[in-house]
Amino acid sequence: MSTTHGYVPDRPDGVEGLAADWSADQTAFKGVSWGKAMMWIFLLSDTFVFSIFLIAYMSARSSTATEWPNASEVFALHVGGADLPLLLIAIMTFVLISSSGTMAMAVNCAYARDRRRTAALMFLTAALGATFVGMQAFEWSKLIEEGVRPWGNPWGAEQFGATFFMITGFHGTHVTFGVIFLLIVARKVRSGAFDRDERSWLSRGKGDYEAVEIMGLYWHFVDLVWVFIFAFFYLW
Amino acid sequence: MAQITDPSDGVPEQSHQAHPIKLYLTCWGFLFVLSAGSYWVDYAQLQGLLRWSLILIFMFLKAGLIVAVFMHMAWERLALTYAILLPPLAALVFMAIMMAESDYTLFTRTVYLGAE
Repeated sequence: MSTTHGYVPDRPDGVEGLAADWSADQTAFKGVSWGKAMMWIFLLSDTFVFSIFLIAYMSARSSTATEWPNASEVFALHVGGADLPLLLIAIMTFVLISSSGTMAMAVNCAYARDRRRTAALMFLTAALGATFVGMQAFEWSKLIEEGVRPWGNPWGAEQFGATFFMITGFHGTHVTFGVIFLLIVARKVRSGAFDRDERSWLSRGKGDYEAVEIMGLYWHFVDLVWVFIFAFFYLW
Repeated sequence: MAQITDPSDGVPEQSHQAHPIKLYLTCWGFLFVLSAGSYWVDYAQLQGLLRWSLILIFMFLKAGLIVAVFMHMAWERLALTYAILLPPLAALVFMAIMMAESDYTLFTRTVYLGAE
């Protein structure tokens, strides 16, 4: 079944299909609802926002003559008499990936129209997201206490604080809004709003659970951005 | 022509992304392993070219899995895939430009501002 996805009857596939779909006088994105297409286009614009943050960080870091603070030490946690490098960040990464997994399962259950399980998995995803934001708040307070400011820090290049707060702050805001929307959609799912024969801003009628998949796209994107932040900001 | 005149711009039933749950669990497992790998790069204090190449390899594999499987891009039509995945290449061009620019900034800071 999975191989037939994206297949639209009477249309060529592959590159030939690409040319045919984009040619003229028709919707370009076939087999994709407007809601999903718009979410993808929003995510594309968000990709540019985060790309530019990361490029700004690269420029700041590679143009400063002062040494850049060693992230491995800055973000180390002192546990049981030993300094473990990046421990909190690693846990945050695993929490976010787990939330992506539960979200994927929620989408799966949604298309099986299993509303109880879908709602439960979405609530779990939201809980993991909230945990992530909580740990980020902890990390921020710890760093602020240690003297990190947007204009300086005790360890090296002054731009460190500015890029750190900007990039992780913007990402954390995305997670926070994701959690809020997850709760809204999950509540709708649980109350059976998608199983009633009515149109709403989230559903086109009975059994239309696509809102869950669109919500999932946003949530996976937040995880995706974290992959890049983790690699470039924390590990590099 | 039905595709054009249909007012709801109807989503055919088969466009719903329903895949076996095993696929997601496998992908999830791989993401865990890859994340552990990238954490290990730091934990083992690898340095230099090995460190950077491993960071990038793990990063791209993770990003690819998330986009292809979790976000279902692997099963969308090329018209959408290209529209979404090609434009970010412009960011790579911008990155290259800013690399040259920051090299120049560092050069001027070193030569004219007496930075070490």
